[in-house]
Amino acid sequence: MSAQPKIRLRGLTKAFGDKVVLDGIDLDVMAGTSMVVIGGSGSGKSVLLKCILGLIEPDAGSIEIDGKNILALDRAGREEARKHIGMLFQNGALFDSLPVWENVAFGLLAQKKVERRAARAIAAGVLAQVGLADSVGDLWPSELSGGMQKRVGLARAIAAQPDVLFFDEPTTGLDPIMGAVIDGLIVDCVKKLGSTAIAITHDMASAKRIGDRAAMLFKGRIVWQGAASELMDSGNAMVDQFTHGRREGPIQMELRK
Amino acid sequence: MNAVLDFIATVGRAVLGACRATGHLTLFALEGLSHLFRPPFYLRAFLRAMLEIGFLSLPVVALTAVFTGMVLALQSSTGLARFSAESGVANLVVLSVTRELGPVMAGLMVAGRVGAAMAAEIGTMRVTDQIDALTTLSTNPMKYLVAPRLLAGLIALPLLVLVADILGVLGGFIISTLKLGYNTGIYLNNTINFLQTEDVVSGLVKAAMFGFLVSLMGCYHGYNSKGGAQGVGAATTSAVVAASVLILAFDYVLTELFFAR
Ligand SMILES: Nc1ncnc2c1ncn2[C@@H]1O[C@H](COP(=O)(O)OP(=O)(O)OP(=O)(O)O)[C@@H](O)[C@H]1O
Ligand SMILES: [Mg+2]
Repeated sequence: MSAQPKIRLRGLTKAFGDKVVLDGIDLDVMAGTSMVVIGGSGSGKSVLLKCILGLIEPDAGSIEIDGKNILALDRAGREEARKHIGMLFQNGALFDSLPVWENVAFGLLAQKKVERRAARAIAAGVLAQVGLADSVGDLWPSELSGGMQKRVGLARAIAAQPDVLFFDEPTTGLDPIMGAVIDGLIVDCVKKLGSTAIAITHDMASAKRIGDRAAMLFKGRIVWQGAASELMDSGNAMVDQFTHGRREGPIQMELRK
Repeated sequence: MNAVLDFIATVGRAVLGACRATGHLTLFALEGLSHLFRPPFYLRAFLRAMLEIGFLSLPVVALTAVFTGMVLALQSSTGLARFSAESGVANLVVLSVTRELGPVMAGLMVAGRVGAAMAAEIGTMRVTDQIDALTTLSTNPMKYLVAPRLLAGLIALPLLVLVADILGVLGGFIISTLKLGYNTGIYLNNTINFLQTEDVVSGLVKAAMFGFLVSLMGCYHGYNSKGGAQGVGAATTSAVVAASVLILAFDYVLTELFFAR
């Protein structure tokens, strides 16, 4: 195997107005591995993923997937690149005007990979992969619990078998057992597809379960990178404070008194 | 001096803002329309929008039209009593309904009913990342959400107005014959004599324009809404207000085009 990373970010910068959210991100993710990104609320983790997906246009920097800078591609090229990325959104973002099975099969139908008649059965197969019964397919997203919504979102993300997967806080708001179940599903899916993954999480247990490597985002920069197993004893003061949830430390929460 | 400069700056900023908004809107409309000519086409989304804009608006538009026709007959009979009331009432009802009140009333009703719902639906999709999700699933949101609605507005409203025309004239007929005691045969004869293709067609063209405006405003404000439930609420209000004002403004412009000689 070559040493070329699957995803390679260099100097990625994004500001909203005069608020700098990403300030020169450099990050490599090797093919077939999972990268966990941690960082405080509002540190720009979701913006980072949306930049890679092309949903937000960065101000500067490069995003290479398989060595191709996708920011230099035209519209059609970007659409093509996007076909190989699956995304689990932070709040699910299920289409609430469509039943669950159509949500799951949406990407396949859009890419004309399946006929509409066959889609229902294929959706049932994908739902089974995330541990949901066939009958769930006929429900509406609003009829699902939070955990089920995450699983449907996961099913939708993996349905087209993408080689890159993004997970934005897959376990936030779930009970610890359901969190572990979702983590297990994510690891299974990533392994089965051989995909490259970036996962955002606040949950250290989850980070260690999902990730091969981990990176911490603070003030728009990557301040630490290492093996995910080292998260709890990284030797980096900022990471330590974050992972152990201490109030005192180098990171000062900007609270208005 | 400073106050004057401030004032000029404020006015300037407002004018610039308005120009920018008009530019955005125009680009949005053109992009939406351009997707009608490039595959893939979303037939289901189009049919759903037709159902929503056209079929489900039928009751409101029908009621409005009947009452409008009834009021017209009643009002005009008192006003025209001194002249030739019978032919005058029939003439006025058929002319006002087909040229003006049919399209305008239907347009305003649909703006309130459908424009609001559209802005709320698309706005919710925006603030809950569903529009981003569409993009990640190889679907262009302008093509999937906006284009079918624009087309449906363009087609559904003329159909609605055709119904409104018939019911409006019927409302006038009912009041004229049952309440005002005009002769049924003569009234009908007058109505048919005064009915001009040009009036109906101009009304239908207006309707197509109004339908397009309602869909455009609903989609545009929904698509660009931000900031949670409050943002969606604001988008809904803007969509209805903007559509209503534009309907009346374009009504004037189109009337000028059709009838001012
Ligand atoms: N479309 C946008 N327009 C303006 N500002 C934005 C936009 N999207 C994000 N931001 C800002 O960028 C910052 C980072 O947002 P982001 O959603 O990436 O945070 P996050 O790290 O994912 O936080 P959380 O863990 O709470 O999800 C926030 O301060 C937010 O206000
Ligand atoms: Mg986030």
